[in-house]
Amino acid sequence: MGILQEFLQQMVNGLALGSIYALIALGYTMVYGIVQLINFAHGDILMLGAFAGFFVLIAAPVTPLTFIVAFLVAMLVCALIGIIIERTCYKPLRSAPRINALITAIGVSMFLENGARVVPQIGPNPRQYPTLPNVNYDFGGVGVSRIQAIVFLVSISLMVVLNYMVNHTKIGKAMRAVSHDRNAGSLMGINVNRVISFTFAVGSSLAAAAGILFASAYPQVEPYMGIMPGLKAFVAAVLGGIGSIPGAMIGGFIMGIAETLTKGFISSQLADAIAFGILIIILVVKPSGILGRNVSEKV
Amino acid sequence: MKKNQVLTLLVVLVMIGAVLAGCGESKTIKIGTIQSISGPVSTYGIQTRDAIQMAVDEINAKGGVLGKQLELIVEDDEASPDKTTNAFKKLVAKDKVTAVIGALISKCTLAITKEAQAKKVVLLTPTSTNDTVTDAGDYIFMACYNDSFQGQVGAQFAYETLRAKKAAILYDITNDYSKGLATNFQDKFESLGGTIVASESYSAGDKDFNAQLTKIKAAKPEVLFIPDYYNTVSLIAKQVKSQGLNVTMLGADGWDEITNNAGDEVLGSYYCNHYSPLSDDPDVQTFVQKYSEKFNMTPNALAALGYDATYILAEAIERAGSTDSEMIKAALMETDGKYVTGYIRFNEQRRPVKSAVMLKVTKDAAGKLITEYAGTVNP
Repeated sequence: MGILQEFLQQMVNGLALGSIYALIALGYTMVYGIVQLINFAHGDILMLGAFAGFFVLIAAPVTPLTFIVAFLVAMLVCALIGIIIERTCYKPLRSAPRINALITAIGVSMFLENGARVVPQIGPNPRQYPTLPNVNYDFGGVGVSRIQAIVFLVSISLMVVLNYMVNHTKIGKAMRAVSHDRNAGSLMGINVNRVISFTFAVGSSLAAAAGILFASAYPQVEPYMGIMPGLKAFVAAVLGGIGSIPGAMIGGFIMGIAETLTKGFISSQLADAIAFGILIIILVVKPSGILGRNVSEKV
Repeated sequence: MKKNQVLTLLVVLVMIGAVLAGCGESKTIKIGTIQSISGPVSTYGIQTRDAIQMAVDEINAKGGVLGKQLELIVEDDEASPDKTTNAFKKLVAKDKVTAVIGALISKCTLAITKEAQAKKVVLLTPTSTNDTVTDAGDYIFMACYNDSFQGQVGAQFAYETLRAKKAAILYDITNDYSKGLATNFQDKFESLGGTIVASESYSAGDKDFNAQLTKIKAAKPEVLFIPDYYNTVSLIAKQVKSQGLNVTMLGADGWDEITNNAGDEVLGSYYCNHYSPLSDDPDVQTFVQKYSEKFNMTPNALAALGYDATYILAEAIERAGSTDSEMIKAALMETDGKYVTGYIRFNEQRRPVKSAVMLKVTKDAAGKLITEYAGTVNP
């Protein structure tokens, strides 16, 4: 394997990892765009989604069809969980100072993690995730495994669907309006509560999809599995400009590729340091992130 | 109001009385154990705890130690060193245990060895193989062989039995156990005449190894040494296969239980272990039979070590004729006998010198993963 092939192979690895980060980052960025809340429980919803899929996949033989069913079930379950969390935990705090909602989000995150440890069906110990048998496709010395291809394609299509929804549908228009000015939107006849619930539902179902993809690519599930990917995706969202959907995608890919290339060509110990270092540099140069809008603070 | 206060005072007095009564001459000998009962190596923790409890029950049924019953106090550290430290402090300060069996994994044990030495508490780890475990001082003992030996066994097996000339290593740089094994494997393999074509690392909790494996694939090794615990190993092994990397994988005693925690991706791999439940040794057979009758499963090597450690400690207390740590420590040095995991006598580093078995992962007729005896390596 020549150096070029090795580089291309690492790019493939990086894109597969990055597309998962991007998918998670979308959830952060959507919620932030609408309610200015960093939903720290997002990574734990990913974990719940992975487990929802897990129970489908152990109940039936693993075929492409059950895989699709697992996706749908997990996305639906997590959409509901997302709505419940928003209604019970965040809605009462909507007019409270932002820091209160942030602390609540951290509380929800800990509740989900430790709650999952206590529930006997989930429990504290890692479990093997059922996966489709592995196939490795070869493109001139550069290998792409089936799961890498699935991860990449599913992520990209979900991102395209989301982008279409936000920019070309009625509900998307309402979301953009609420994001722009909640009170004015409400005066224009938009049901703000419904739009916010919908945003949480979409964000959480994306996390569920990311959860199943993550658990299939790295086949192990446990209650703390959402913390690290959640944190990295959060960084990706900030990197791309929090509140911006294309920004979250770009941020996710940058994080994934930076991490993989550092592991592959520099040192695996520096992988996180360099990925987070990029964040610091971008924030110093452009505080609102790559595609973030500069919002002047109204006093 | 007055009456209430008197009542409260009474209750408090009774409670103080109860606490003070507990401080008198105790009727039992308390042994503490710290195991990783939940978390990433829970299978080890649960089985080791069960085996220790089984040994304690057997000893008690035969009349206990020094005419007293043994009382086992179990703590869970979730395989996290800070929790090990807390558990150790609790066992020493609150429960006032005579000795501690633990911890399970090396990085947890290393978190408490200095404290045990300073507090003069006898600490016998059944299963932590890191070379530096007993460095903290003469109160620290181990019931298993150490990683220098284990790494050498792997290297020797790869070079002499598998006839591999090029090896790669993938290890967890944040884990003392994994790091120690990687170094020892490399030293031995190179001294035998082989080459280490790639030595890559990751950090605990990493799930994506594709970058490292791509590098390893480019270096074209014949064997890949993965010194980590079964959960991480199964993750790595899946990615080894999905990368299309064709190597024989090798591991150490952290692979114990891999057959219940991984799929076909580990087929054809080898690892070294403390004992094989398939051995025809009568001590092994009695232990395996007793354990499987009680818990309905075959005990792993860590369970066997926990069982041995309990007997070693109980016999030392008996020999010492006292629960004084100084005397137990001296009596432990006189340990000399045949146990389930082999013949045990402590050397000057307070660790036993014993042989290792190599196991191969294969499939039985029903398609279930099993291990097969692949040879014994003597020190």
